[in-house]
Amino acid sequence: MAKVEGQQHPISVYLWIWGLLFVLSALSYAVDYYQLHGHLRWSLIILFMVLKAGLIVAIFMHMAWERLALVYAILVPTGALLVLVGLMALEGGYTFNTRGTFFSATPEVAKQR
Amino acid sequence: MAQDAVIDAGSPPPSEGLKSIVTDWSSDQRAFKKVPWGKAMMWIFLLSDTFIFTIFLVSYMTVRMGSTVPWPNASEVFALTIAGRHVPLLLIAIMTFILISSSGTMAMAVKFGYEKNKKMTAILILVTAAFGATFVGMQAFEWSKLIADGVRPWGNPMGAAQFGSSFFMITGFHGFHVSVGVVFLLIVAAKVWRGDLDNERPGFLTGRKGNYEMVEIMGLYWHFVDLVWVFIFAFFYLW
Repeated sequence: MAKVEGQQHPISVYLWIWGLLFVLSALSYAVDYYQLHGHLRWSLIILFMVLKAGLIVAIFMHMAWERLALVYAILVPTGALLVLVGLMALEGGYTFNTRGTFFSATPEVAKQR
Repeated sequence: MAQDAVIDAGSPPPSEGLKSIVTDWSSDQRAFKKVPWGKAMMWIFLLSDTFIFTIFLVSYMTVRMGSTVPWPNASEVFALTIAGRHVPLLLIAIMTFILISSSGTMAMAVKFGYEKNKKMTAILILVTAAFGATFVGMQAFEWSKLIADGVRPWGNPMGAAQFGSSFFMITGFHGFHVSVGVVFLLIVAAKVWRGDLDNERPGFLTGRKGNYEMVEIMGLYWHFVDLVWVFIFAFFYLW
């Protein structure tokens, strides 16, 4: 393959993304530093995580400039993993509830099991 | 292979023997256009690696959700005391910034590679490798601190027993990826420095001609390692 089929982008693109990733990391660290809790904490963590991951994949890994065939070949199976996450979240909740029922039983009932 | 692929368009090639499998699969088809095949293969490898890391993180989620014992507070477990001041997650934050910086230098190394700027490419790859080695060093420090604190794969003094097994499994596998990446980076840096990519010198293992696409393929692996850390940082350390 004599012809180079490379990705050519100005260096400023990379420096900008690098800076943005620094800011986003600092923000997600701030979530912990200022001890935010509950849904605000979780939604901010997810937001900064998704933005960082998106920037790395799209710009650093050049996914934004690839052909759709490649993009879909990689992203669709990855998206299917969300089903696994959902299934195992149900399973985890079920395990927790079962343990709650079992551990809260009176000693007499527990002995019979 | 090239001779085997030459067949007249009308009749299909003979469908016998292992050779027919090879000829069929290599019969001048190209699904991923404008991408060197090495890069497409690296993407597919990374997809499989994504599944492995997802399985680790999902199993961590499942045991954490199912545990009736409180989960250790990562913010306190990984806190450092600097000059009498208690700073939560400091080491992990520094590790995050180091890994992101290594991704930045790697992205620029790829850019200079395609410009055939041998010197800058080699220097930037070496800087990336240095960041990566620093990261692994800090991780070793973190592991020894936790082990000294009594964290084991089967239990720990802070809370749910599954904390240790999840921690060592996930960060251990990620740290292994970083270590392999550093070795991979050093090999590519040596090739760039020696001019192997300019001279299309065959590699010692595969015999393939050197070219600057190798730098981008290496970069894909390295950015992936950084990408995985983004998820570990969010779910294991911050959650």
